[in-house]
Amino acid sequence: MNLPDTILIIDDEVQIRRLLEITLSSNGFKIFEAGTGKDGLIAAATQHPALIILDLGLPDADGMEVLKKIREWYQKPILILSVKNSEDDIIIALDNGANDFLTKPFRTGELLARIRVALRAATGGDISSILTFGNFTIDLANHIARKNDCILKLTSTEFSLLALLAKNSGRVLTHQNILKEIWGFGYVGQTQILRVFVAQLRKKIEDDPAKPTLLITESGIGYRFHE
Amino acid sequence: MDNDDNRPDPDELLASLKLEEEKSKRGKLKIFFGMCAGVGKTYTMLQTAQAEKSKGCDIVIGYVETHNRKETADLVNGFEVIPRKVYQYKTTSVTEMDLDAIIARKPLLVLVDELAHTNAPGSRHAKRYQDVLEILDNGINVYTTVNVQHLESRSDTVAQITGIIVRETLPDEIFENADEIEVIDLTPDELLQRLAEGKVYAPERSKEAVGSFFRKGNITALREMALRIVADRVDKQLHEYMQRKRIKGPWKSGLHLLVAVSHTQQSAKLLRWAKNLSYTMGADLQAVYVETSYKPDVKESEQLNKNIALSRQLGIKFRFITNNDMVKAIVDFAQKENITHIIIGKPRVRNLLTLLRLGNFVNRLIRYSGNIDVYILGSDIQSKDRYKEKVSLPSFTSNIRQYLVAALTVILTTLICLLLKRFIGYQVVSYVLLFVVSALAFFIGTGPILMAATMSALIWDFFFIPPPYTLHVDKPEDMLMLIMFFIIALLSGVLTSRIRRQEKKIRVREERTNALYQLTRELSTATGIEEVITIAKNDIKKYFNLESRILLKSDSNELEYTSKKNGNFTISKNDMSVASWTFQHSTKAGKHTDTLPSSNYTFYPLKGNQMNLGVIAIQQEIVFTQGEEQFWETFISQISGKFEREYLRNMAKQAFLLNESDKLYKTLFNSISHELRIPVATIMGASDSLIITEHPQEIRKELTNEIFNASKRLNRLIENLLNMSRLESGRISPRLDWCDIHDLINKVIESLQDELKPFKLQIVIPENMPFVKIDFGLMEQVLYNLIYNATQYASTSTNLRVKAFYDNGFLIIQVMDRGPGFPPKEISLIFNKFYRVEGSKAGGTGLGLSIAKGFVEAHKGTITVENRQNGGAKFTIKTPTEIPEVAIKS
Repeated sequence: MNLPDTILIIDDEVQIRRLLEITLSSNGFKIFEAGTGKDGLIAAATQHPALIILDLGLPDADGMEVLKKIREWYQKPILILSVKNSEDDIIIALDNGANDFLTKPFRTGELLARIRVALRAATGGDISSILTFGNFTIDLANHIARKNDCILKLTSTEFSLLALLAKNSGRVLTHQNILKEIWGFGYVGQTQILRVFVAQLRKKIEDDPAKPTLLITESGIGYRFHE
Repeated sequence: MDNDDNRPDPDELLASLKLEEEKSKRGKLKIFFGMCAGVGKTYTMLQTAQAEKSKGCDIVIGYVETHNRKETADLVNGFEVIPRKVYQYKTTSVTEMDLDAIIARKPLLVLVDELAHTNAPGSRHAKRYQDVLEILDNGINVYTTVNVQHLESRSDTVAQITGIIVRETLPDEIFENADEIEVIDLTPDELLQRLAEGKVYAPERSKEAVGSFFRKGNITALREMALRIVADRVDKQLHEYMQRKRIKGPWKSGLHLLVAVSHTQQSAKLLRWAKNLSYTMGADLQAVYVETSYKPDVKESEQLNKNIALSRQLGIKFRFITNNDMVKAIVDFAQKENITHIIIGKPRVRNLLTLLRLGNFVNRLIRYSGNIDVYILGSDIQSKDRYKEKVSLPSFTSNIRQYLVAALTVILTTLICLLLKRFIGYQVVSYVLLFVVSALAFFIGTGPILMAATMSALIWDFFFIPPPYTLHVDKPEDMLMLIMFFIIALLSGVLTSRIRRQEKKIRVREERTNALYQLTRELSTATGIEEVITIAKNDIKKYFNLESRILLKSDSNELEYTSKKNGNFTISKNDMSVASWTFQHSTKAGKHTDTLPSSNYTFYPLKGNQMNLGVIAIQQEIVFTQGEEQFWETFISQISGKFEREYLRNMAKQAFLLNESDKLYKTLFNSISHELRIPVATIMGASDSLIITEHPQEIRKELTNEIFNASKRLNRLIENLLNMSRLESGRISPRLDWCDIHDLINKVIESLQDELKPFKLQIVIPENMPFVKIDFGLMEQVLYNLIYNATQYASTSTNLRVKAFYDNGFLIIQVMDRGPGFPPKEISLIFNKFYRVEGSKAGGTGLGLSIAKGFVEAHKGTITVENRQNGGAKFTIKTPTEIPEVAIKS
C-alpha cells in the first residue's frame, strides 16, 4: 500500500482546522496545519504536501498573494476555501492557479470528492482515451460520444466543449477558461456563446435538460462536469 | 380690599427681576463721578481699588491717565497694568486700552479711566464705553470715571454754561444702569486752590485753564448739576427699592411721556429736554416720528438719523408712524400707549402755508388730545438762519428740463390762443391756460408748476386782457379774474404735485411689500441651505442692488465660510473677525457702524427666533436711510427665519434618522437573537446528548440530522443578514451576464430540494425563451427566498408554480403558491425590513422578502405581490433585460 497522501491546511480558524483534520485523517490522509500565511508558505516548502487547502481570508496576508507565492514553485493541486458572495475572488484565484474551490460552510462529502478529483488529476498521468460516466461514454480519439450506446450527433465545437469538460470531470472550469480553450483568446467575455452551446449540449446529453446531472452550473463562476 | 394703586405693577416687577438677573451675570460697573477735571476721581478710584486689593481682590489697571500727577502715579505703581495697544494713525501712533488682553486676563476688577473717551480709528469700538460694556458682558467688574459734562443729556446745558461744546459724550443709559455711583465733590474754592498749587495741570496751563473754563461761576453750576444728578438717582433708587420690597408709598409716577420728533435740529434739543423731564418725573419716555407725504431732503434725513441715534443713546424708545395727518397720528398713538404727556416743539414758521397751519396744528392737538397733557417747548434761536435756506429748497429741486417743458407748453398754448383769440374771446383763454397748468402738474414738480402758473397769469394779462400788450387791467372784474386765476393755478399745481409725492411714497411702500412678498414666496419653495443662500443673494442684488455674502454657523456654533462662488467678494481674516463679533453679539458691525468701522463690509446678524444663524455681509457705499434700514432688517429677518427653519428641519431629520436606526437596531436585535438562539440551542442540545449518552444508531442519526438542519437554518440566517448589510451599504451593483433562465431556476430548485419534496412543483418556461442579462447570483437569491417562503407557508402537496417569460424588454418571473395569501391590510408592508405578517408561524426574520425586493431593485426591476383568486399568493418579478440580437448557430 502506498504511503498516505499528505494534505496541508492553511486556515486561521482553529475550529475549521480541527474539523478538517478529523474528517480527513479518518479518511486516510496525513494532515499538516498552518494558522498563518507565513507558516503556510514554510510548511508547503518543508512538508511537500500532495495537496494544499488554502483559506483566502488570512489574518496576516492576502490569501491571493499566498496562493501566487506557493504557485511559483508548487505544482500540485491547491484547493481554495472561501466565503459565499465572493465569486470575483474565486475566479481570480482559479485564474491564478488554484485547482478548485469550496465555499464555507461546505459539506464534508463535497470536500472529500473535490480532494479526490484533484489528487487523481495530479497523479493520474495519462488519461485513457475513452471516458465513461454511467451510461454515457466519450471516445476522445475518435470524436464520438455515446449515450445508451447510441451515437450522439454533435458538432465539432460541441464535442470539443464536451471533451474539455469531461477530461476535467469533477473540477470547476471558469467561463473564461472554457472560452479561451475552445474558441480562443478573441472570445473571452462572450459568455453568451458558451451558454448557447451548454444549452444545446445539455439537450443532447442530459436525460432531462431542465434538471442537468452531467453538466452542472457553478453560479457566477463556470461549469463542472459531474464525475 | 386691596388698594389697586398701591400694588406694584406686575410688568414692572417682572422687568425689574429680569434686569436684576441680567445684572447678576454681568460684571458690576462703578462710576466715580465728578463735576469736572481735577476733583480727584482717578485718585479716589485708585484708592478704593487699593483698599479692595488689600482684601485680596484680583485687580488690574486697564487704562489710567495720571496726567503726571505724582500722588496718582504713586498709587498706580501698586497694580498690575495691562499694556496698552498701539494704533498707528496716519503718522502718529496712539495708545488705547487693550480690550482683548483684558478679557483674556479676566481679572475680578479692572480700572478704566475716562469712560466717555473716543477711541482711535481702527479700534473695535468707536467709544470706550462700548469697550467697557463688552468687558462687563464678560463678567468682569469695572471701575471708571466720568465728568458731568460728558453726559449726553447735559451736554447742551454745559455748552450754554461754559461756552464749550463737549464732543465726547456718554449715553445716559450707561450712567443710569451703573451699579454704583460715587460722587467726588470739592467746593469750588478747594478746587481752585488745587489748581493754583499745580496739582491738576502744570502751572503754565493752570493759568490758562482758570481763565477760560475754571471760573468760579462755571464750577458752581457744574457742581450743582452733578449733585442734582446724583440726588435724582438716589431718589430713583429709593423708589426702586420700595418697589422691590413692596413697601407702600409713593409709587413710581405711572406717567408716560411721548415726545414728537421731527427732522430738525431743534428736535435733538427736545429729546434731551424730554429725557431730563422724564428723569425728574420718574416717568417713562417714548419718541415718535410721523412720516407724512413731505419728503425730507438730504440734510433733513441726516438730521433725522441723528435724532434717532440720539434717542437710542438716551435710552428712549423710538417709533415710526406713517400718516398724513400728524395730529391724528400722534393722538392715536398716545391713546394706544396710555401716554399721559405729549411733548412737542413749537413748530417753526417755514412759509405762509405753515404759518396758517401752525395754529391749526397746535389747536387741533390740544383739542383732540383730551385728557392728555401737552407740553410745547420753545423754538430755537437758530431757526431764523434756517428759515432762508428752507424756503428755496423744495421749489428748485426739479430739474431744468421740467422748467423748459413747462415754459414751452405755456408759450405754445399762448400762440394757439392768440390765433383763436378773435373767435373765443379773452376770458376763455384763461380757462385754457388754467387747464394746461393743471394738466402739467401731473407730469412735473412743484417749482416748474409755480413758474408756469405765474407765467400764464402774466401772459394772460399782457396779451389778452384789454388793453392788450400792457400789464394794465381796466376792469375790476378782470383784476379779480386775474387774481383768482393766479391762486387757482397755484393751488392746483401744488396740490397735484403733493398727490404725486404721496403716490410715490405709496409706490415705494408697494415695491417693498412686493419685494418682501416675492422673497417669502421664493423662500417658501426653497429646500436646502444652498438654495436659500442663492435666493437671498439674488434678491438682495435685485431689491437693494448690493453684493452680499452669507456666512452661516457650523454645528459647533461657530461661524464658517460657506458658498464659495462669490466672485470678487473676498472676506479677509480681519473681516472674518468682524463677522464673528457680529455673530457673537448679534449686533451689526463693520463699515458705517460704531463697531470696527474700518472693515470693508457691513455685517448684519442673521437672528432667528431661538438662535443666531450666521451673518450677512454687504458691500455698502451709501448708508441706509431710516426707512431703508427698517426694510432691510425686515428683509433679512425673513431670510434668517428661513435659515432657522432649514436648520431646525435638518436637526429634526437627523434626530429622526437616529431614532429610525435605533428602532431598526432594536428590531434586529429582538428578531436575530431569537432566530440565532433556536438553532444554537438545537445544536448544543443534540451534540451534548451525543457526547454524554450512548444512543442506538438510529437515534444518533436523528440527532445528527437535527444538528445538520439547525446549522442550515443558521447559515440561511447569516446569508440573509450578510445580504441585508450588502444592500444597506449600497454596495450592490449587479454583475450582469448572460443567463439561461432554465439554469437559474434549476439551481434554486436543487438547493431547495428537501423543502420542495412535499409540493407539486410546476416550472413553466416557453420554448423560445431567450437568454437574459442578469446577475445570476443575486437573482438566484431572490428566487431562493421567494420559493423558500412559499414552502414555509403553503400546505403540503399543494401546487407550487414557477413561471418565467420574456415580454418586450422585460424578464418576468412569477412564483405562485396555494398558501394562505396575505391579509389585504398588510400586503403593502410585507417587503419592509423585519416585517412579519401578524400571526405567522415561528421562525423567520422578516428579511427574506425585503432582500428579494432590494436585489430586484438593484436590477432596476420591480417585485409585486397579489393574492390569487382561489387562494395563495403570487409574486411577480419584472426586470428590464437585454436579449441576444441574433441566435447563435452551432
